[in-house]
Amino acid sequence: MIKLESTWLNLRTIDDLATQKTFIHSLNSCTKLITTLVFVVLVTSFSKYEVTSLLPLLFYPVALMSLGNLPYKPIVKRLLLIAPFIVFIGLFNPVFDQRPIAKLGSFLITGGWLSFLSITIKLLLTVTSALILVATTGMNSICTALSQIGVPKPIVIQILFMYRYLHVLLEEFLKTNQAYNLRSFKTAGIHYKAWGSLLGQLLLRTMDRAQRIYQAMLCRGFDGKVPLLSAARWTKKDHLYLLFCLSFFLLCRFINIPQALGTLLTGGFQ
Amino acid sequence: MHMADALISPVVGGTLWAATAGLASYAAKKVQNDMDEQKIPLMGVLGAFVFASQMINFTIPGTGSSGHIGGGVLLAILLGPHAAFLTIASILTVQALFFADGGLLALGCNIFNMGFIPCYIAYPFIYKPLVGTTPSQKRIMLGSIAAAVAGLQLGAFSVVLQTLFSGISALPFTTFVLLMQPIHLAIGLIEGIITAVVVGFIYQEAPQIIQPTALNPSLGAASIKKVIIVLFTLAIITGGGLSWFASSNPDGLEWSIAGINGEEELQASDEVHGYFAEIQEKIAFLPDYNFKAAPASHPASVEGTEATTEAAWPAVDTGTSVAGLVGSFITLILAYFIGKGLQVAAKR
Repeated sequence: MIKLESTWLNLRTIDDLATQKTFIHSLNSCTKLITTLVFVVLVTSFSKYEVTSLLPLLFYPVALMSLGNLPYKPIVKRLLLIAPFIVFIGLFNPVFDQRPIAKLGSFLITGGWLSFLSITIKLLLTVTSALILVATTGMNSICTALSQIGVPKPIVIQILFMYRYLHVLLEEFLKTNQAYNLRSFKTAGIHYKAWGSLLGQLLLRTMDRAQRIYQAMLCRGFDGKVPLLSAARWTKKDHLYLLFCLSFFLLCRFINIPQALGTLLTGGFQ
Repeated sequence: MHMADALISPVVGGTLWAATAGLASYAAKKVQNDMDEQKIPLMGVLGAFVFASQMINFTIPGTGSSGHIGGGVLLAILLGPHAAFLTIASILTVQALFFADGGLLALGCNIFNMGFIPCYIAYPFIYKPLVGTTPSQKRIMLGSIAAAVAGLQLGAFSVVLQTLFSGISALPFTTFVLLMQPIHLAIGLIEGIITAVVVGFIYQEAPQIIQPTALNPSLGAASIKKVIIVLFTLAIITGGGLSWFASSNPDGLEWSIAGINGEEELQASDEVHGYFAEIQEKIAFLPDYNFKAAPASHPASVEGTEATTEAAWPAVDTGTSVAGLVGSFITLILAYFIGKGLQVAAKR
């Protein structure tokens, strides 16, 4: 039940965040979607032993969170919820890959530990960038952007519909679950005897709702076509943002900035 | 069973993205042609239904633990494979965006593992033959469990293969398989039983919902065959193209930049380093602190261009490691202060 409730709250929090009015929020949704996708592909394109050159990419989520006035707490919380499985898989790397790859004083660093670190940083970067996209753009604008970049309309409509009714259904499920828990002795979960009837009842109710929604749509002139919001135009701001982000990404991809900085400061060029 | 961005390579992610994108547009066309407009709200609401159901905990008798439902086979039974595939794709998209479950690049993998496999393999080849056109409670039970178990086994195996081909995790194939398959056998059983009791309940209370998809003639073998042909053609073309692109040069991105500019980026990098070398004498703190372990055996460290240091990675070199560490530390501090500064600037 806690999961159900927190999911619902999480959705609401992100929806609320997306209604803010900051520089990042005011950008065209297409711009933000493209930048995020490029960012994710770029992060994953680094080799498995790359650690230092991934770090400057942290500027991207940090800058967006600051400019977009996003709180750190919900994003970090979500990150911690996702992390265990990936970290668990990643922890096998130090076990299976013991090739020494770098030396720090008298310590030998094995390839496994380096790639584990790399996975952790990649996890941090990809998870935060996805959450930031939705928290600065909102679902409706993302769907508009999706249809703009060529995603077929039935898919976009499906996502929009599903997202809209998710809030309603989560509320209803929450109530049903609560009613069940209040009438049962153990509240850890649903007893197996009630599996079919509880979920089945909810399903029947959901289908009735779909019927009512359909009728309501017909009453409002639905003819099988769902009009989508027309997208906002690209402005100079969007071009500049895109140009800036992409050149920053390319800089990070081709120049190991921390390495250069460190070499500079420790006098490695001499 | 969500694949994550951190564990996949762009080649694997891109290939499955292309494959599932092709499949999704095929399914979208099918849905548009075959179905009545009444299905539009139904698909949306059922997507929300499965999403919300995934949050409900079901106590597993005798174990004290609880499980939840994935819903792939359930949706296929209620909606038919094409609409179910689109519905699952939408669920996974919202999960990737709002909960960072999986990831944006891994979305293709996840839609394949949790959408394509239950809708286009488990449902038509296992559930339908077992249940037939005259469902009964027993047949529904058998068909649902078999389809869910097979679907999750294949899905888990697909996760193993995708991870393996990405080469980010060092887990050996057999260890990973032994890790994934047994646990997904248990998950599949629970998924199958929950699917069966729900479908059984619906069949008892409102059989008109189950009947139409069971009798739907448009879901014949020909349609499924087409789907599989579309999928594999796309996967082979993009996979082949992308891996050629990636392997013809150790770094596909660099290679493409060289192709566009007509020159390697090394030159620019040389200039940057030359510039750094010039000013570093003035600002380097710890100027006498030379970490280089073996400068003689290391011609690269004289001018320290990017590519040569990278090539020298496996050669153990304390100098580069320390420089990397110091630089990383400074980068993190800079990130923090830039973040704070922007926050102040944004609030003004």
